[in-house]
Amino acid sequence: MYGPEFERRVDALVARYPEPKAAMLMVLWEVQKEKGWIDSESEAWVGKRLGTSPAQVHGVVSFYTMYKQKPMGRHHVQVCTTLSCMLRGSDELMGHLEQKLGIKPGEVTADGKFSLVRVECLGSCGTAPMFQLNDDYHENLTLESVDRLLEGLE
Amino acid sequence: MERVLTRNIHKENSQSIGVYLAGGGYEGLRKAVTSMTPAEVVDAVKKSGLRGRGGAGFPTGLKWSFMPQEKTKKHYLLCNADESEPGTFKDRLLMEQDPHMTLEGCMIGAYAMQADACYIYIRGEFVFGARMLDEAVAEAYAKGYAGKNVCGTGWNCDLVVHRGAGAYICGEETALMTSLEGERGNPRVKPPFPAQFGVWGMPTTINNVETLACVPDIIVRGPEWFAGIGTDERNTGSKLYCLSGHIQRPGVYEAPMGLPLKELINDLGGGMLHPDRPLKACIPGGSSVPVLRAEECDCNLDFDSLAALKTGLGSAGIMVMDTSTCMVKALQRISHFYAHESCGQCTPCREGCGWMERILLRIEEGRGLQQDIDLLKNIADNIEGRTICALGDAAAWPVQSFVTKFRDEFQAHIDEKRCTVQGATYA
Repeated sequence: MYGPEFERRVDALVARYPEPKAAMLMVLWEVQKEKGWIDSESEAWVGKRLGTSPAQVHGVVSFYTMYKQKPMGRHHVQVCTTLSCMLRGSDELMGHLEQKLGIKPGEVTADGKFSLVRVECLGSCGTAPMFQLNDDYHENLTLESVDRLLEGLE
Repeated sequence: MERVLTRNIHKENSQSIGVYLAGGGYEGLRKAVTSMTPAEVVDAVKKSGLRGRGGAGFPTGLKWSFMPQEKTKKHYLLCNADESEPGTFKDRLLMEQDPHMTLEGCMIGAYAMQADACYIYIRGEFVFGARMLDEAVAEAYAKGYAGKNVCGTGWNCDLVVHRGAGAYICGEETALMTSLEGERGNPRVKPPFPAQFGVWGMPTTINNVETLACVPDIIVRGPEWFAGIGTDERNTGSKLYCLSGHIQRPGVYEAPMGLPLKELINDLGGGMLHPDRPLKACIPGGSSVPVLRAEECDCNLDFDSLAALKTGLGSAGIMVMDTSTCMVKALQRISHFYAHESCGQCTPCREGCGWMERILLRIEEGRGLQQDIDLLKNIADNIEGRTICALGDAAAWPVQSFVTKFRDEFQAHIDEKRCTVQGATYA
């Protein structure tokens, strides 16, 4: 699955733990990096590789919020709306993003460019409001800085 | 005040092992493994008075002493880097800006407990922090501070960075172990305690990032030095405080244990965000601890001072709210968090958290019923103490404290069928 280079990376991860199954989260990260999300075929492959069932793997995938169970946008906007961010304007930020992107939380734009989700505390409370765009944190956001950021994306 | 934990973070290339070594880095590990027995290291940490920085405040040296003295199977140290308690962002700073301090603490702890490996479980969202740790681990291996033959002593211990994938519950120590084993992050019943039956069934100790980052200096400068900082012998050491909310200068501040809350808000934090909106309430230890009303805020930030006020230092996430804050909405947001993060194993938590959130939402939207305040209290009281892990308590305490301390505001929402806080804006 996903070629020999991918399988070498998986082998290296499995070697870090006393039991193969412990590499589960790290291997799922590798799958998501390759495909962008985690489909049932990949779950079955991971289960076989780590000595557990596809159902177990799906249980894990569906438990952790960062594993994507369907394709999301190329630019995945994850807005923190927990208390410290709320106190600093995250509701207004979320409303602005919904309007600007024309989608609701959980949705993807028709062109597949953006997706928007509401997430819980990202540990960035001192630089609120903020969102995580794919892997990167963008902090101390204003509506203007968000516009500039999103308009500069391909 | 001398900066201990944050002394490197403003240096250029603060993440590199060169900068860390130039500031005396890894001297604690060298001293421990070349001139102290594991028991002497545990003893030093006990004498320092260090208490866990992750939330519970349990004495670290005592926790370490629970590991079996006779080694009959593998031992593990787990560094809890799953920092997720709302209002808390101190471990992130340490890992992103000075990862070697944490790694050195991990290795000293691993030596003290004769661990075969230390796994650092970092929350999935901290992609940058994980990258900094990965690079630092590679440097530590290359310089002989981790892996085979640590510091030339013949002692071997692996150091592995493991990424979570988005689940607050995995910061709970037994859930962290379950997750590390490749499962859904469901907590386990204690006993058995991790020191007897931990990850993969082996003796295990779980320590928070900041806790471990305190250890190198305790070894180098001595436990008496550490114990001399802070309020008293039960509340010792240098401490990272996370300040957020309606404040001029939010951020992480290092100060001695026992820093007055008002000093943090008014001096270090530069005062309230808007000069015309005074302090209304403050949560002193991450969103799970009971809230303080403004008049209760003339207190010191340490474990015992806050316990005396029936709240807690927790993870030292200090969330400041001014008079524009609607306490119903604030609590609704907190309850939403716990409902979202409940793992679902225990009925009182799984059902109760969602129930509380829905009641709070209807009160905020003007659809509250007269019995709702007592109902909220009743649900919270029936979650507290009736779940496998502390998430149930963490969900109950804010509800109990908010509806008791701000009951008038909740009642007004119900009576007037609308949010009654004038100019509640949140910016």
